Amino acid sequence: MTAPLLKVEHLTMRFGGLVAINDVSFEAEAGRITAVIGPNGAGKTTVFNCLTGFYKPTVGRLTLTDAKSGHSYLLERLDDFRITKSAGVARTFQNIRLFAGMSVLENLLVAQHNKLMLASGYSLLGLVGWPSYRAAERDAVEKARFWLDRTGLLPRSDEPAGSLPYGDQRRLEIARAMCTDPALLCLDEPAAGLNPRESAELNTLLLMIRNDYGAGILLIEHDMSVVMGISDHIVVLDYGKKIAEGSPAEIKANPDVIRAYLGEDDTTEALAEGVVE
Amino acid sequence: MEYLVQQVINGVTLGSVYALIAIGYTMVYGIIGMINFAHGEVYMIGAFTSLIGIIVMGLLGVTWVPLALFMVLLASMAITALYGWSVERVAYRPLRGSFRLAPLISAIGVSIFLQNYVQISQGARPKPIPPVIRGGFELMTSSSGFTVTLSYLQLFIIVLTIVLMVGFTYLITQTSLGRAQRACEQDRTMASLIGIDVDRTISMTFVMGAALAAVAGMMVTLYYGVIDFYIGFLAGIKAFTAAVLGGIGSLPGAVLGGLLIGLIEALWSAYFSVEYKDVAAFTILVLVLLFRPSGLLGRPEIEKV
Amino acid sequence: MAVANSVVAPAAPLPPVLAALKDAVLVALVAMALTGPIVGLQTVDAGGRLTVDMRFTEVALGIVIVFFGRFGLALGERGLALPAYGVGALLMVAGFLLPWPAELLKVLAVAAGIALVVRGIAGQLKERRTQAVLRAPDEEDAKAERLRRLVTRGLGFAMLAAAVLLPMMPFANSYIMDTAIRVMTYMMLAWGLNIVVGLAGLLDLGYVAFYAVGAYTYSILSKDFGFGFWGALPIAGALAASFGILLGFPVLRLRGDYLAIVTLGFGEIIRIVLLNWTSFSGGPNGIGSIPRLTFFGYPFARRAPEGEVTFHQLFGLDFSPLHRAVFFFYLILVLALVVNFFTIRIRRLPVGRAWEALREDEIACRALGINPTNTKLTAFAIGAMFAGFAGSFFATTQSFVSPESFTFLESAMILAIVVLGGMGSQLGVALAAILIIGLTEAFRGLAEYRMLVFGLGMVMIMVWRPRGLLAHRDPTVLLHGRKSVLKKGAAA
Repeated sequence: MTAPLLKVEHLTMRFGGLVAINDVSFEAEAGRITAVIGPNGAGKTTVFNCLTGFYKPTVGRLTLTDAKSGHSYLLERLDDFRITKSAGVARTFQNIRLFAGMSVLENLLVAQHNKLMLASGYSLLGLVGWPSYRAAERDAVEKARFWLDRTGLLPRSDEPAGSLPYGDQRRLEIARAMCTDPALLCLDEPAAGLNPRESAELNTLLLMIRNDYGAGILLIEHDMSVVMGISDHIVVLDYGKKIAEGSPAEIKANPDVIRAYLGEDDTTEALAEGVVE
Repeated sequence: MEYLVQQVINGVTLGSVYALIAIGYTMVYGIIGMINFAHGEVYMIGAFTSLIGIIVMGLLGVTWVPLALFMVLLASMAITALYGWSVERVAYRPLRGSFRLAPLISAIGVSIFLQNYVQISQGARPKPIPPVIRGGFELMTSSSGFTVTLSYLQLFIIVLTIVLMVGFTYLITQTSLGRAQRACEQDRTMASLIGIDVDRTISMTFVMGAALAAVAGMMVTLYYGVIDFYIGFLAGIKAFTAAVLGGIGSLPGAVLGGLLIGLIEALWSAYFSVEYKDVAAFTILVLVLLFRPSGLLGRPEIEKV
Repeated sequence: MAVANSVVAPAAPLPPVLAALKDAVLVALVAMALTGPIVGLQTVDAGGRLTVDMRFTEVALGIVIVFFGRFGLALGERGLALPAYGVGALLMVAGFLLPWPAELLKVLAVAAGIALVVRGIAGQLKERRTQAVLRAPDEEDAKAERLRRLVTRGLGFAMLAAAVLLPMMPFANSYIMDTAIRVMTYMMLAWGLNIVVGLAGLLDLGYVAFYAVGAYTYSILSKDFGFGFWGALPIAGALAASFGILLGFPVLRLRGDYLAIVTLGFGEIIRIVLLNWTSFSGGPNGIGSIPRLTFFGYPFARRAPEGEVTFHQLFGLDFSPLHRAVFFFYLILVLALVVNFFTIRIRRLPVGRAWEALREDEIACRALGINPTNTKLTAFAIGAMFAGFAGSFFATTQSFVSPESFTFLESAMILAIVVLGGMGSQLGVALAAILIIGLTEAFRGLAEYRMLVFGLGMVMIMVWRPRGLLAHRDPTVLLHGRKSVLKKGAAA
């Protein structure tokens, strides 16, 4: 059996005395959508921050295996930017982080920085307008155009990213992450704040990324129509622990999950919003 | 040996001054995450108001030194605190929510303004005053005749610093203002939601920092007996270094850092070179940032993503 | 201005005039407490002892001006535009007519009056514009956009043409040329700093230190090692850049604010070292008789040294001391333009875009695989290198360097130019350099107030126009081309 794209083993994260994640293990496969769900404060975003290097986990091993090259990376040992650059993990943020003053297209070109940097001969060839750099830049613009087309943002490509409506900004962030050519795409609540139509469009986009592009997707989401509609595999966290794992159908039927999460009332959930999120 | 003891005494005195200034940096940083570049200048204002106060006391004929110093201290703290408050109100508060560098640039502007304001209104020449507190204890004498003294002034500075620290710790840990401050440090939005007047709390932070800087200003005026409009610049950098060394955002850290910087400077001047004593603090700053950016007592910053 | 408008109690709202009055009284009281001791009691030397001179009349008059100024402002804020103009006019008239005991008070009164009027007009214009935009947003946008492009482009070319033609003008005497060289030097420095502050968003408060490194490197290389200008220039630049890397490496990994204070300290340290390391730098006396730049081997001198031909002999001209100034001016113009074109170009390259992206959001950059430290370091080092070039130029034109030329105030001045110009805007920085250096020249008589106004100006720009004079940012690459953007705007 080949190694899974992402293998999380015994991940634990403590902040001072607070245990945000407690011995969580799970796997994510390439070409599949894995959802991490759980009530607010369950530690989902912390898992993401450990995966993408923004936090160094207290204990645990995070292995990413690129099927194409066969390389394995121990994510907990890499600097955050190397996790994207070398291991090919891209992410979006719960509270969108676009380069608001730069244009939509520029956002997508910044995402292709490392490739373009090499092509520009660390700026030396670029300064003199070397042909190979020009070609690389054209390719980069083409890739950006492709993802803009897929996310329906093509007409707005030259506007400042900050001027886009909320739903467009969410899609732009996904397009930007895809421009890094990720093996694993981590999405932190991509459907938050979207209306039902936008939410449905998001489903189509994510399925396209999974099917046509073959990237593994790791998804944190509250919107159950998204989670149940497109996930292949679901991991449920509660109070930093994994309480269940399985297909959408299994999760729907799991009594622990219902008790911990789905059964809970929205108001108590809002109150449970903790430090970790 | 005796020489070393003397240098330690001098260093602790100097360190007390730095500690008082450093608290202003660290508190402001803790609450709004900004380096208040103008804080060194606020300290300079404190020194000048003390100087003027002492001269006025002399002219008014208040000859009982404790009373005169007490009155000068109160007046200087009040006026300097008002400066701190006004600076925040005019130059920083309108910039909350502006881009990241805006408050820093504004602070540089305030710093330049205050420096030149005092230079123009008080003149560029150094201002000397005769010693107000004379005498001291002779602690020990070495065989070669070197006498270690702890002057009454040094004792006064150290004791006053300790008293202020105790009072200040009480203020931060026991009063509602202190609680409001700590709440704002944690989460400003949440603090305002539970009814804390965030603007007022931030203003009070500047007021307190400036008042402590005024005390430091008075101490320096008495200790060196001469000040000029430019003293805020280097004292500011050193006190900031003290705050970083102790762990910025941490109050005990600021005190510890201040004492260490004072000691290092005193020993450096005594054993290496006086010309480069200002380089010492800076070298420490770079070394701390290089090897222990969170400082001695600070907690590593957890980035909110 | 220092008191919140919220002093108006919501329960029983005061009539606007009274509210404004209350506001003004409070501000006047604060001003009194602030200035009373520091300005009102001047310490003066009286035969070896300090005593105080009382200047309460001046302070009182100043506070009256503050009171009326704030009163007018508060009226304006409460929608009473006409009375606000009235107060402004009153202040101006009073400023001109009354016998003020100090020149400063007169200036203060007039300035307050002018400020009130300008602010009133600006406020009304803004209101009218908002209304106009509300009526026809897109059309207005597109029109404004076209006009803005036309004006900025035209202005850029006009300034370049003016610079090239300046030395040929009949009024170009040596004072004009020296000032022009000063303006261009600051423009070059500000363009260099603009890469660091404007593009990469790194606050460098010790920029002048790199300028000093360049100047001293050139001085020593040319004086002790016989280097020519063109040989020493790259070395000076490289050395300044190395200092930038050395300093930036430990600091750039950390939160942005630390860089500001470390560069501030570094600027001071360089100065202290230059002052004290006498054997190397000449201490406070500096280094003198640095070889002046020649015209590619032909010196600018009345009489040539043995076996050499001077510039005026070469071209068969009469000797004029202006020749050298003109040559220096063109040289600094070229150097500055090199920085300018370099910046324009690199902004369109990946590294330039990464700088701007880092300025906008560092965390997002890291999530995209950009190495933040290295990227910032390049900006920092390139900025330092340009300062090193400018320093070499300074040394060869002055033929003398001393630590006095490299104080914090110089750094502050360069930073002020960048901030005023609009961070990231090349044209804005150029305009600001002319404005700031021009104004300091024009108000030479008030030199002691120069830095005071500077500091105040920096605060006011941050409060009222944080993006500077020219705040517009053009995207570095377009998918649809410029025309289509405008057309779309017009059609929508």
